[in-house]
Amino acid sequence: MGVKVIIPTPLRVYAGKRDSTEVKAATVGEALGRLTTEFGDLRKHLFTEEGKLRSFVNVYVNDEDIRYLAKENTPTKDGDTISIVPSIAGGSSLVRRCCSRPHA
Amino acid sequence: MPAATAKRESGTPSGAIGQSVLERIGNTPLLRLERVGHEFPKIEFAAKAEWFNPGGSVKDRPALSMIQAGLASGALRPGKTIIDATSGNTGIAYAMIGAAMGYPVALCVPDSASHERKRILGAFGAEIIFTPGDEGTDGAIRRVQKIVGAEPEKYFYADQYSNPANWQAHYRGTANEIWEQTAGRITHFVAGLGTSGTFVGATRRLRELNPAIRCISLQPDASFHGLEGWKHMETAIRPAIYDDTLADEDIAVSTEDAYRLVKRIAREEGLLVSPSAAAALAGCFAVAKKIPREQHAVIVTVFADSGAKYLSERFWDEY
Repeated sequence: MGVKVIIPTPLRVYAGKRDSTEVKAATVGEALGRLTTEFGDLRKHLFTEEGKLRSFVNVYVNDEDIRYLAKENTPTKDGDTISIVPSIAGGSSLVRRCCSRPHA
Repeated sequence: MPAATAKRESGTPSGAIGQSVLERIGNTPLLRLERVGHEFPKIEFAAKAEWFNPGGSVKDRPALSMIQAGLASGALRPGKTIIDATSGNTGIAYAMIGAAMGYPVALCVPDSASHERKRILGAFGAEIIFTPGDEGTDGAIRRVQKIVGAEPEKYFYADQYSNPANWQAHYRGTANEIWEQTAGRITHFVAGLGTSGTFVGATRRLRELNPAIRCISLQPDASFHGLEGWKHMETAIRPAIYDDTLADEDIAVSTEDAYRLVKRIAREEGLLVSPSAAAALAGCFAVAKKIPREQHAVIVTVFADSGAKYLSERFWDEY
């Protein structure tokens, strides 16, 4: 068991149609690194050319926005769930509601 | 002619003071962009400032048009609830118009929509049904179809993606306003695709007025993007009203280019616009680049809303 990364609908086409994947990672940055190594086409959608997370890409560990934690250095442990949510019209705290919902 | 007679003719009840909020929908200013396009000295850029609509966005136009069409056909009548899927602005328009006309409104909204938007919908008394944010508006569309399918008698499903009254609002309104406000000098019309109503409706009318006008549609450059209200047609649920044979050209715009331009438009023009409005101007610049240097052109676009509802986004600090 590792860290579960939920892939948002518009990105599934770049991730072998999968809705989630599991990675071994000690931080969010590591998890996203593993994810984009496994699915290389995802990289340019999540990161800028300089390697920064794009401005509208919000990342949550369980229910917490990593912006308010340690950003990409936020630690992760087995059993955690990372969600990637495009912030169409703003990243509000209510975004979290979608991420705690099980994604079939 | 006595003033009272003139008022009756314009649709205002005799003797009533002021205007109703619904009468203020449409007839938005056409703003000339004076500095931001300095790289193209022969080209005039102008944008319909749609935040001057009372609901704050271009979506007041199709929302009112669809509701009026529903009333005219009898599909909307007292006792029914107006329902639709929306990422925000159309919802605000329905909620505002529903409140003003006395109809209840229910909206399926991706829960990634901003806090400010949800508060505005709530303020107008609309019922909000949240759908998973990672599924975007497509998830909201699927949910509204389920709800209406279960209780078709309860709802008037405005269905902005399929309702011809959506694009007709721009055919009757937006396009004719642009024609008059440019004194018929418009050479290029540029607009982003979401429901596609703005582009489809305005293009159809402008082509009737002058078939030489070039009409260019814009899309996000990828399925995963930050341009509120825009759709990447190749990967999204395709709106039934969309006609992909209309555009002379279709241009892809990157979210990051739009973010950079939001700031330039604010600082160089004194206009606080949304990322999708800036993306529309980025599209105008892409069009301008292909016009021979000595050729004069009048490029008109639509700024769907202001930047006010996007102030909590990270790009303000990051670009």
